[in-house]
Amino acid sequence: MTTDWDVTALLAGMARDLRPLIDPEQAAMIGIFTGGVWLARTLHAALGLQQPLGQVDISFYRDDFSQIGLHPQVRASDIPFDVDGRDIILVDDVLYTGRTVRAAMNEIFDYGRPARIRLAVLVDRGGHELPVAADVAALRLNATAGAHIKLRGPEPLRLELEQRRLQP
Amino acid sequence: MSAATFRFGEGNPQYDAQGRLRHLLSTEGLRERELLQILDTAESFLSIAHRSVKKTPTLRGRTIVNLFFENSTRTRSTFELAAKRLSADVLNIAVSTSSASKGESLIDTVDNLMAMQVDGFVLRHPEAGAAHLIACHLGDSALVVNAGDGQHAHPTQALLDVFTIRRLAGPIENRVVAIVGDVLHSRVARSQIHALSILGCPEIRVIGPRTLVPEELSALGVHVYHDLQAGLRGVDVICALRLQRERMVSHRLPSLNEFYHRFGLTPERLQWAAQGALVLHPGPMNRGVEIASEVADGAQSVILQQVAHGLAMRMAVLTILAGAAGGE
Repeated sequence: MTTDWDVTALLAGMARDLRPLIDPEQAAMIGIFTGGVWLARTLHAALGLQQPLGQVDISFYRDDFSQIGLHPQVRASDIPFDVDGRDIILVDDVLYTGRTVRAAMNEIFDYGRPARIRLAVLVDRGGHELPVAADVAALRLNATAGAHIKLRGPEPLRLELEQRRLQP
Repeated sequence: MSAATFRFGEGNPQYDAQGRLRHLLSTEGLRERELLQILDTAESFLSIAHRSVKKTPTLRGRTIVNLFFENSTRTRSTFELAAKRLSADVLNIAVSTSSASKGESLIDTVDNLMAMQVDGFVLRHPEAGAAHLIACHLGDSALVVNAGDGQHAHPTQALLDVFTIRRLAGPIENRVVAIVGDVLHSRVARSQIHALSILGCPEIRVIGPRTLVPEELSALGVHVYHDLQAGLRGVDVICALRLQRERMVSHRLPSLNEFYHRFGLTPERLQWAAQGALVLHPGPMNRGVEIASEVADGAQSVILQQVAHGLAMRMAVLTILAGAAGGE
């Protein structure tokens, strides 16, 4: 089932909420593959950030690597600016357990020591398993464990919400 | 799963029962999609060498054994570094061939290491099939990477070579590649031929003296040349091979000088190939035998890039194989 959420409007809201938090000269943005990168492209342009957009693929940092193995398609992480001392906005599509964000932060710290990292997500669906919170979230839901929330894209961006039956 | 319950996936011991790549023994029989996945994953690892922390936590808690029954500098050290950059623990064991007997004793060595709860083996052995033997013995209980077995295969070398070609010479589907030199004794050449064929290389040539280039190779769809000038014409990539002096039976070659005179890669002969053709060599080089120093150190040489690519490639291979260990 798809919803009638207007992703473009949600993105505009994210940009509006981020603007007072950042200095566009100094701040830099990193999107998490795949959905986070799609969103970050729009946000990066909307905020007029001077640093080029970064992207991370957290496959090598996942905490469930030994259970599920390597994602069949790994993209190269690319952080084309100096991380040391920088304000970073980390962008992802859906915040759920917090494990992806933790993995992304671990990866970013392997590039250097940022001054601060803020988290911006399209959907905070609840169900966090780690002390991770979004600084900016366009939607805050209290989804049940069986709900499947996914951003489809890149053109057009569509937010899907599907209520799956729990596995027996 | 114990070794006794191991089953072949699709008849190839490299795959587990679920069809996932569990061991890397040979480029022969690899599926194109796995080969592409390995190349793409290596691409992702390449940039890690330029970060302030050159490590990922991917194999944290795993132990990889480098078990080398033959000398090696590049292969052993890049495997060691690859495993360490993936946060694995590494055990290096160099066994001199003279002190180790074959077959059962190799299995005994491996069984003893398995009793120490290790997770994988990188094996180099003078006997063809040694890695297969160990992979079949271990089944799903540990991963095995063949780092060279006799004259049979050296898959990670071939993978880093095709990776180098793809990155620096462009799409393999429209590149002419020549493998020059001692093809007969070369496990690298055999693995290169299979990898290039799977990736759709339109023309693979092998060039060398009759005594060192088996005619049967044409059965693999390879074009055989015994004349360097004819063989190099229009070639985009030249893979030089090391003349294996230690394996050379005297009657195969009158002299090393004679080989250089007829097949050595010199700057003048490089002109016979396509303009800007890349020169690869797996190392170690015999300068003045298969390759002139001016070529080895020249603008068309990508020999040191191959080493850097080898590290990323070995990280990719270890990650993919270790990844197949998880899940049910």
